[in-house]
Amino acid sequence: MIPELGHFVLALALALSLAQAAVGFIGAQRAEARLMAAAGPLAAGVLVAVGLAFGCLMWSYVVNDTTVANVVQNSHSAKPLLYKISGTWGNHEGSMVLWVLILALCGGAVAGFGGNLPSALQARVLAVLALVGAGFLGFILATSNPFDRVWPPPVDGQGLNPILQDPGLAFHPPLLYLGYVGFAVTYAFAVAALIEGRVDAAWGRWVRPWALAAWSLLTLGIALGSWWAYYELGWGGYWFWDPVENASLLPWLAGCALLHSAIVVEKREALKTWTVFLALLAFGMSLLGTFLVRSGVLNSVHAFANDPERGVVILALLAAFIGGGFALFAWRAASMTPTGIFAPLSREGALVMNNLLLCSIAAVVLVGTLYPMFADLLLSEKISVGPPFFNTATLPLAAPLIGAMAVGPLLPWKRARLFPAIQRLWWVALGALAAFLLCLALSGARIGPALGFAAAVWLIAGAAADIADRTALFSRPRAAWGRAKGLPRAAWGAAVGHAGLGVTVLGLAGMGIATDMLAALKPGETTRLAGYEFRLDAVRDVTGPNWTARRATVEIRRDGALVTVLEPDRRTFPVGRMTTTEAAIHTTVLSDLYVVLGEERDGAAILRLHHNPLAPWIWTGAAIMALGGGLSLSDRRMRVAAPAAKLAAPGMGKAAQA
Amino acid sequence: MSATGQAPIAAPRNPWRRRLLLLAPLGVAAGAGVGFLAMLRGMGTGSYNPRGVPSALIGKAPPDFALPPLEGADRPALSAADLRGAARPVLVNFFASWCMPCVIEHPQLMQLSRAGVPVFGIAYKDKPDDSQNFLRRHGNPYARLGVDQPGRVAIDWGLYGVPETYLIDKEGIIRWRWAGPLTEDTLRAELQPLLRRYA
Repeated sequence: MIPELGHFVLALALALSLAQAAVGFIGAQRAEARLMAAAGPLAAGVLVAVGLAFGCLMWSYVVNDTTVANVVQNSHSAKPLLYKISGTWGNHEGSMVLWVLILALCGGAVAGFGGNLPSALQARVLAVLALVGAGFLGFILATSNPFDRVWPPPVDGQGLNPILQDPGLAFHPPLLYLGYVGFAVTYAFAVAALIEGRVDAAWGRWVRPWALAAWSLLTLGIALGSWWAYYELGWGGYWFWDPVENASLLPWLAGCALLHSAIVVEKREALKTWTVFLALLAFGMSLLGTFLVRSGVLNSVHAFANDPERGVVILALLAAFIGGGFALFAWRAASMTPTGIFAPLSREGALVMNNLLLCSIAAVVLVGTLYPMFADLLLSEKISVGPPFFNTATLPLAAPLIGAMAVGPLLPWKRARLFPAIQRLWWVALGALAAFLLCLALSGARIGPALGFAAAVWLIAGAAADIADRTALFSRPRAAWGRAKGLPRAAWGAAVGHAGLGVTVLGLAGMGIATDMLAALKPGETTRLAGYEFRLDAVRDVTGPNWTARRATVEIRRDGALVTVLEPDRRTFPVGRMTTTEAAIHTTVLSDLYVVLGEERDGAAILRLHHNPLAPWIWTGAAIMALGGGLSLSDRRMRVAAPAAKLAAPGMGKAAQA
Repeated sequence: MSATGQAPIAAPRNPWRRRLLLLAPLGVAAGAGVGFLAMLRGMGTGSYNPRGVPSALIGKAPPDFALPPLEGADRPALSAADLRGAARPVLVNFFASWCMPCVIEHPQLMQLSRAGVPVFGIAYKDKPDDSQNFLRRHGNPYARLGVDQPGRVAIDWGLYGVPETYLIDKEGIIRWRWAGPLTEDTLRAELQPLLRRYA
């Protein structure tokens, strides 16, 4: 009964979405207030319907209803409750329902909090969101119904991939989807603006919080995925340039460019065409990722079960939304003329450079991801593009980006001179140089990590210099505290976000000097790595809720003093007939000690030992970046989507945001 | 993307150039879309397969070889002659005791062997004692077993890595190659239809 209810409300949501799209577009076109006003309540109706459908699916998972095909394929009664719940979205069908639910949430938010938007703009945005939602609801109902029944019901489910039974992964997809779908809202704003043929500062003020929120959540989602790969896949890597990872990085890069160029629209009414393009691009990249992961056109460890039929439908949706958006762009964007003019050397100029570099990195990642597929298609050649390409191609682009990140926030709008900015950054540059030389001296002349440390210091100290400059910390230190409190949250957000990237770069540089070794140890034997002494005590059998395992006990000492005892597992899941390795990790602020248990042979256990300096900082930095986004989002002017600022013209004096 | 990237710096004075520039994203997206559609079509017909690693040996007879048997395994040795003129299609599976995915695919090989499919094994770069232990612990699905300790035969076959499995039809022609572990899905979606086709 419950699954049928879920199926019904999904269909109801589709009908409501179509109605919402119709009243939104027609109402806005004919300027009929009553029609436009109907779009909001319809959006609320869609939200309730999709929420109910998602609840029904989750209920089927929690009670392990084996008459539902989706539950049978992806769950098992022996799974812990948390993973039964996360199983709801751990598969193709359920994740699509979650996707639509988040889209409905965004629609509800635009309807609920968008009262101060021009009503035609709001109606059109809601209509575009409803069209996107209707497309995906139709896709779910036609090709991926999560509520299909099986009869007779099997005794129990077929389990979930044990590798996916992990708290990190349970929350990785929802965060990613929040990010992807957030860009649907900026996309809807871009399409609405193209239909109206008008982009102004108010539009920029509305787009930026959505871009910021989507970008921050995507940052967290990507970091969580990377962290999961680090501790679960068991080979100590954190980023593999896997096509699926790239698919999440592309909207992140486009969104990062978008949230910076939206500032220029908001403050200076320039870069309008470009910002609209980026808004279309960010969502286009999100959809491209969805297509690549779910159609099976690429080969990846992460890909969902592939299905060309499904791929054709997603491609059709992609053609409609992205093709439609770009066609509208080609047709209408020419009418949008920039009003603000600026010199190349200015805050705007720095933001343009940031945009160009971010987009170039995105282009490199896109080409590297798609090239093997197209080479296979057109030239029938099997090639794989791996980390060496991505590292060598993105680093030369990332270096000037990082260089400009500290300078840009110090430049004034319109027209700037480089010298005063450099004057305020000399101690930052000195610090970066010192870090470079120190690392060269300590790590034995390895340029890569040394450059990384220098970049990290440059970014973190640069953010500090930005705040010091705004609060006049050095020139008038007494009043600095008061000025710091008065600084807009957005300024703090920018500094914190930039410093967060610095922290991540610090972690990456640390991983550049990581060491590891393979050791075959019998119980009682020891080996040494990076100044630590690893002793294997014993290997024994243990039993978990739905697995059995071999568990090693490894004592780690430094200079004779016990540091920690690690217990890595090699787990066997009888239901899925799979084996996974559970790495054991000891984290201190400065490094990770990471032990993986391999096979056992002749009474000896194969252990892989890693010493990863600064590894946790990679993900801490991402969290700090997201925190910066959140700070910026909590700015008074953003929180209310700036109704006051719309009345009072945004003066140059308080334009202290970056 | 880099072409449109210049738009914000200097808007071209020529309106036609600006129009073309604004059309560029649509053009790129359309081109990619056509490519994706061709890939999806190709996946249906088999001309595009993102997972398969092609083998130069498909449609040819396997290279000539004769391998010694695994001491104490109680199975006959394997040579190229054994692959010609069998009563039904046979599988040749390269494995090693040191290879983790081989453990993952082992239950599937056992299942195939129980179902009566002749599975021939080649122990690749493995100490005979280790291979023995491996088979004692996980079961022995192989009807014939050859030992390729130096890995010479593997080079002739163009081995990509272990595990790797080849399907050879009744005429002794290689019809299929799978690099990586055989999973339940591979069995169901790839191997079973092929076994029926060449039976």
